[in-house]
Amino acid sequence: MWNQAWNYVLNHPDKIGEWTLQHLYIILVANASAAVIGVLIGIYISGKGRERIANTVIYFASIMMTVPSLALYGILMGILSALTLPSIGFLPVVIALTLYGLLPIIRNTYTAIREVDPAMIEAGRGMGMRERQILTTVKLPLAVPVIMAGLRQAIVMNIGIAAIGAYIGAGGLGQPIFRGIANYRTDLIIVGAAFVSLLAIATDFLMGGLEWLTTPKGVRIRRKR
Amino acid sequence: MIKLEHVGKTYTDGTEAVKDLTMEIKQGEFCIFLGPSGCGKTTSMKMINRLIPLTTGKIYVDGVDALELDQNELRRGVGYAIQNIGLFPHRTVAENIATVPTLLKWPKQKKRKRAEELLNLVGMDPKTFIDRYPSELSGGQQQRIGVARCLGADPPILLMDEPFGAIDPITRSKLQDEFLKIQAKIKKTIAFVTHDINEAIKMGDTIALMREGELVQYTDPATLLGSPKNEFVRNFIGADRVLKGLRLLKAKDVMQEPPLTVKVGEDPMQVKARMESENLRWSMLTEDGGHFLGWITCDDLEAAKPIREVIIPPTITAAPDTPLNEALSMMLNSAIGTLAILDEYERLIGVLSFQIIRDVLGEQEINDQVEPCKEDE
Repeated sequence: MWNQAWNYVLNHPDKIGEWTLQHLYIILVANASAAVIGVLIGIYISGKGRERIANTVIYFASIMMTVPSLALYGILMGILSALTLPSIGFLPVVIALTLYGLLPIIRNTYTAIREVDPAMIEAGRGMGMRERQILTTVKLPLAVPVIMAGLRQAIVMNIGIAAIGAYIGAGGLGQPIFRGIANYRTDLIIVGAAFVSLLAIATDFLMGGLEWLTTPKGVRIRRKR
Repeated sequence: MIKLEHVGKTYTDGTEAVKDLTMEIKQGEFCIFLGPSGCGKTTSMKMINRLIPLTTGKIYVDGVDALELDQNELRRGVGYAIQNIGLFPHRTVAENIATVPTLLKWPKQKKRKRAEELLNLVGMDPKTFIDRYPSELSGGQQQRIGVARCLGADPPILLMDEPFGAIDPITRSKLQDEFLKIQAKIKKTIAFVTHDINEAIKMGDTIALMREGELVQYTDPATLLGSPKNEFVRNFIGADRVLKGLRLLKAKDVMQEPPLTVKVGEDPMQVKARMESENLRWSMLTEDGGHFLGWITCDDLEAAKPIREVIIPPTITAAPDTPLNEALSMMLNSAIGTLAILDEYERLIGVLSFQIIRDVLGEQEINDQVEPCKEDE
């Protein structure tokens, strides 16, 4: 069984490469959208006097996470077909993964901005920085590493969920898994599962590096100590 | 110059933080807002640069109605330093100091030059520190950068909210001294908030003592200590107000001529005779040029011994600028009833005694330890 799986890898690198690329593409599009939407929402709800909106938004994003992915695909298929958009394949999967990815990104953006030392904000305001300047030159640079950590969490989580997307025809590394289940081919299941895991581990590692790179130098020094 | 006219602040919940405050801080004056917590001192200060909007009244900054200016323009023209410093950790020392110059879009080189100037002013070596990050500095150094930053664009007015509040007492006192020296050079108009009466007396040209949003007494430190307006002021400055007042005087202000100075080469017996005739137990020995060598007692003087051999070297001496409270503490520590005051070249220029300080205090009973010389032969 393990030998069969290994042989499959050796004999079909082209297929595995194709599935991996499909998988990556889905992840990339979904998480890029989640990052943009999540950070914008996070910044918005971190504004003064928006605590109630923030709680509501984070509450709904958390509920989102509890919806099983197959159910979410089902719901999206209904909505998309009603809008006469493609209801299977790439689009519903990307939308679903974007929704799943929002929570860690929104939550981290919100928390990171809220937790910037109020003394810095007061100093900045007292020296005549406009609110936007405080956001872009003080709050965001200090929040970026935490936002990156949220993005990292979202991506790694979504790499796993994306495998289920193969069920509604989006391709990716879920394909060998579903095919293996349908045809009693354990080797295929192992290949799919192994590559999903490898992809997740590699991405986690890369994102960790990116997190470190985006941490401002002065803050990095403090962490070292 | 800062002028507040009938300024009031009422919060939406109805609390009156500041009530009908009218005062003026003159050009180049170091004004302390003093009072217990919740007295409205910080609110008053923050209304000057409109960090807190005022409910009623007018504030004029250098003759201009602060409400007519764009609030950010106003703030960029007024230096601001706070207790928690709030340095930006992701910016270097140079970038932090140049915060306001950056907002004012100064060219790069000018900002760099200004940062170097200010580092020198606050006593930090630009070469060592200019490219460091705040996390690489000690608390005292961060506080200095905080002061340098509020001077960034050389504003004529500084607002400081307990800027030395969060540091240990030794560093704090050092920073206070340094800042007084800086202020002597730059002569800014300063509104400085503190709850520490000692800091207020040490730093302020004037003190605005507040209570429950009202200005209770606004005067110079000596008057505040000397004639407190009411019971609240008296209690706030404390029972030791007379002692606190000593801080305001310097040794040179009250010192007296040494009663008798003796030169190294003089004949011991002649000196002894002179001391006895003047009823002096002590006299002071100086070298040519007035350098102070030490004390001699008439008991120790003998015909056979040169004066140099009976000298008692001074354990402690004070400078003309030593505040009287420190001088008194030196005298109490060393158990010497008389303190020699030396100038910067170690020359004897005067003496302080418990008697002199007692006269200054006016009312306290401190017995002078200088007693008449007794014959014991």
